[in-house]
Amino acid sequence: MRQLADALLVTLLGVDPATWPYAWVVYGAVMLASAALAMTFVALFAGPVTVVERRVAGRMMSRIGPNRVGPQGVIQWLADGLKCFLKEDLIPDAADRPLFRLAPYLVFGGMFGTFVVLPFGAHLVAADLNVGVLYLFAISSIVVVGILAAGWSSNSKWGLFGAFRSAAQIISYEVPSALSALTVVLFAGTLSLQGIIREQGGMPWDWFVVRTPFTFAAFFLFFTSALAEGNRTPFDLPEAESELVAGYHTEYSGMRFLFFLFAEWANLWIMSAVATACFLGGWNIPGVSPATIDSATGLSFWGLQLLSFIVFAAKTSALVFIVIQLRWTLPRLRIDQLLEMCWKYLVPLSFACLLGVMIWAWGVTVGSLVDLGMRLVMTCVGAGIAFHYARRVRFNYMADRDNYLKMTGKELWYPPYRLP
Amino acid sequence: MLFDFANVLVFLLVSCVFVGGALLVGSLIRPKAPNPDKATVYECGERPIGKAWFNFNPRFYLLALVFILFDVEIALTYPVAAVFRSWNEEGNGTVALIELLLFLLILLVGLAFVWGKGNLSFNRKIDEPEVKG
Repeated sequence: MRQLADALLVTLLGVDPATWPYAWVVYGAVMLASAALAMTFVALFAGPVTVVERRVAGRMMSRIGPNRVGPQGVIQWLADGLKCFLKEDLIPDAADRPLFRLAPYLVFGGMFGTFVVLPFGAHLVAADLNVGVLYLFAISSIVVVGILAAGWSSNSKWGLFGAFRSAAQIISYEVPSALSALTVVLFAGTLSLQGIIREQGGMPWDWFVVRTPFTFAAFFLFFTSALAEGNRTPFDLPEAESELVAGYHTEYSGMRFLFFLFAEWANLWIMSAVATACFLGGWNIPGVSPATIDSATGLSFWGLQLLSFIVFAAKTSALVFIVIQLRWTLPRLRIDQLLEMCWKYLVPLSFACLLGVMIWAWGVTVGSLVDLGMRLVMTCVGAGIAFHYARRVRFNYMADRDNYLKMTGKELWYPPYRLP
Repeated sequence: MLFDFANVLVFLLVSCVFVGGALLVGSLIRPKAPNPDKATVYECGERPIGKAWFNFNPRFYLLALVFILFDVEIALTYPVAAVFRSWNEEGNGTVALIELLLFLLILLVGLAFVWGKGNLSFNRKIDEPEVKG
């Protein structure tokens, strides 16, 4: 965004940004604009994805799901939001009021802060911090404070249990996720997310995930721990409805409650986007090198930006979809199983990945025969896994469709190309 | 650099303004009819028994301690990992590798120690002493 602001100053106002005294006014406006854009994006993602999730859930449970508000229920999320907006805001008498009011700010701020470094396209990023990955882990830790504040201040037993579980879970799983993201940093030699993406390429065999077997394992470790950090099933103990009512936000209602859910849904994008950026090549367009995008001008520059955004969004959405499917496939873990799985399996495994990657980065030069051969092998393995996954999904869909036809004698209520 | 981190500040401010603004606007239009029953804490429909601010399972505390060690370790490893590649290209890779290995080894020994003490297992018998040996 800095280059964009500078270009704006030079072309529109005809001043030199380095010497012009009011440059920071323009910079401030550009920052505000990018924050507003990011907020719009978050809102427009977190809302509709709730409908998508509920429709997928309905589909996987052989029911319909919300389909009344708008065609196929596409504006259900607006109705839900409006309802929460108009609900009375309740704060229990026994609650610690200042903390109770503070908690949504912390949770939402911790979530939204990550969008500073999350790229949307080749140059579409608010600020490419040079400590990007570390910043991501740091800012998303604020959410833990918010969750603890919410659970503790409610003075509700459900809230307290939920908050403690959630905090224990998020901090535990931060260790394997940070360690597995470290493998990528070792290869890229930089902490900036844009730098990490630039080190990869558009083609699948250029991605970090297939660079070595260790990064391949690290991707799955990262994905698993990101699920746990985002409180997604199979790790959704903090708000396990059947045991803890709603966990840390039991006492929240109306708009405050909505902000917790908002942060949770937006987190879906964040974890998928980070996994995409670190492991799956980010916004790299197949066949177009980052240098080509840098040197493009005018219309082709913006066209490439748009294309890179589409590539990035497609990869991220695919991951989001997998996360949603996982939620309705896997049962929930117990709290002791959850924490033991983290400390006894994921942490040692991510250490092993880290050691493996370190030795690989030290011993194998990029472009050598071993490197290329391993990339080829791992690409085949990855493609095999993706193919198998797609086949299983198709199998389940077909089986369900046949069942429905047999039971009712009618075709399924919507064709396969519709939203599931 | 200043631009980058000013951006972080702006983002955090915008998120606070968004939350605060939505709550403020909502307070103008949403109903407000407080009554003592609504203001009780939810406990499955019963009157709440006592406060929820009680002592909690100390295992979470042990977990937090272990976490802090590992988090500090991660924070210290990130910069080394970031320069590892350039060191390797300059021919100093072996030094960096050995340093990282030593550092991680100490932590792995720590992990093994905590594991051996049984502090990573969440379920323990009630008569089992909290810390062995």
